[in-house]
Amino acid sequence: MRTNIFWISVFIGPALILLLIFLIIPIFASLYLSLTDFNVFALTDWSRAKFIGFRNFYELFQDELFWKALFNTFYCLIVAMPVTVTLSLLNAVLLNREQTRFKNFFKICFFLPFVTNTVAIAIVWSWILNPSYGILNWFLGLLGIKGPNWLGDPKWAMPSIIMLVVWKAVGYNTLLLLAGLQNIPDFLYEAAELDGASSWQKFWYITLPMLRPTMLFITTMMIIGYLQLFEEPYMLTQGGPLNSTLSVVLYLYRQGFKFFKLGYASSIAVVLFLMIAALTLLRLKLSKQD
Amino acid sequence: MRKSNVFLQIVVHAILLIGAFTMLLPFMWMVSTSFKPSSEIYVFPPRWIPKNPTLKNYVDLFSSINFGRPFLNTVIVASSITFLSVLLSSMAGYAFAKFRFKGRDKLFFLILATLMVPGQMTMIPVFLLLRYLGLLNTYTGLILPGAVSVFNIFFMRQFIITIPNDLIEAARIDGARESYIFFKIILPLSKPALTTISIFTFTGSWNSFLWPLIIAQDERMYTLPVAVSVLAGQYGENIAIQMAGSCIVITPILIFFLFAQRYFIKGIALTGLKG
Repeated sequence: MRTNIFWISVFIGPALILLLIFLIIPIFASLYLSLTDFNVFALTDWSRAKFIGFRNFYELFQDELFWKALFNTFYCLIVAMPVTVTLSLLNAVLLNREQTRFKNFFKICFFLPFVTNTVAIAIVWSWILNPSYGILNWFLGLLGIKGPNWLGDPKWAMPSIIMLVVWKAVGYNTLLLLAGLQNIPDFLYEAAELDGASSWQKFWYITLPMLRPTMLFITTMMIIGYLQLFEEPYMLTQGGPLNSTLSVVLYLYRQGFKFFKLGYASSIAVVLFLMIAALTLLRLKLSKQD
Repeated sequence: MRKSNVFLQIVVHAILLIGAFTMLLPFMWMVSTSFKPSSEIYVFPPRWIPKNPTLKNYVDLFSSINFGRPFLNTVIVASSITFLSVLLSSMAGYAFAKFRFKGRDKLFFLILATLMVPGQMTMIPVFLLLRYLGLLNTYTGLILPGAVSVFNIFFMRQFIITIPNDLIEAARIDGARESYIFFKIILPLSKPALTTISIFTFTGSWNSFLWPLIIAQDERMYTLPVAVSVLAGQYGENIAIQMAGSCIVITPILIFFLFAQRYFIKGIALTGLKG
């Protein structure tokens, strides 16, 4: 039976109107804005923004700071992703063992950082990472290691940020992988045992291949999430020292909402979108080839 | 054989304990520092339990810095977003799952495709629009753009589609109106899905930062994350008050999580497998 148009509009209408105003039209508006020189003067009078074609993009690709931001963002992605996956997988496998005790306690502990406000916990981390009074360097000192000036040293600032990023993400991914592990049917392991497979062989030839759908999901989410790195560098370093932690979104925020170069900032947003879309599609393609 | 099993048990639990400890440590350090008088902050080696614990930092937060207002703002914004988003998304999810009309699946796919677009892309045009409408520094501006979520629509549709059509058809034959069917049949049957999206939407909007940072430039409209980020800038030296501020932002969600952790953990498995 076809539903009449009245009820369709009552049920879909409100959501659709909001999506149009706050999502779908803005996507196209953003594409257009990226082709204009919309700046602080246009803020009060929109007609002052001129159409300038691809000049923003042309400028962007010659902007050293943008390249720096791009480099830093990928640095974070390329280091944080494998570390997150490895730690989460280790935790998930250990939690999935029948003999492991206090499972719920561990699950709750691991998950806490994920529900925690990033801004607030970043403040706590900057105190932990304090070179003279922080507990991290105190702890390293106990082991006889002289800890670096974490957030003040261009070499160590990005690793510090990655530490916070991984710390926040491990619990969520552990739970997803654990759900994936629990979906692997027992008979596969039983059959392998009959054939005399070792624990390593079972892990390598059963667990990992069977986890592929979950892996695909978590790595895709990580690509999308880590490329949008913002709150951690905003709070911990403001992009410094020497722009060593300037991320793409932090640069977008600066250009857009500190200097109000909204046209230029929109072109950064468009590039970010294209990168996320390309990498996501690439990731999906790679998984189909397997 | 037996001996190696015991050894393995110890190693496994040691690894998990180190992991759990790493997760908990920042919270413990935050709470401990937030109760320290200023004389005990810059002390080496670090003191885990304050010698003279004080509530001064918390009192200062609410008296001289007025943290009450951002707290209230966050409660208002997060609850409104959760209520609206859950209601509107389940209505749309129901329509996409059970109504038959031309172009339905195309429209649904179009909406779903926007999930690939990062929020930063729509941020600038929406900022300009709200500024034009005079909605910066208002609750409407903070709430409305978050009032519907594509993910929630998708999630609700996937859930409602599993409800048997017979139930709905039977009610229609009895002459029930669509609104009756939605509120009396669909919603009660969708409780697990509703719980999941409510929890995640509330947590997400409580913790949201970039959007309120842009929309709320007036101090009176700050949400907690914005207020605490400003605090870190203004009271750079006063670590204890920053830790107390962080505590105020983090604790409500942590308590909420500890009570609802069952649903959180179930919800995670659910969302992950669907995706």
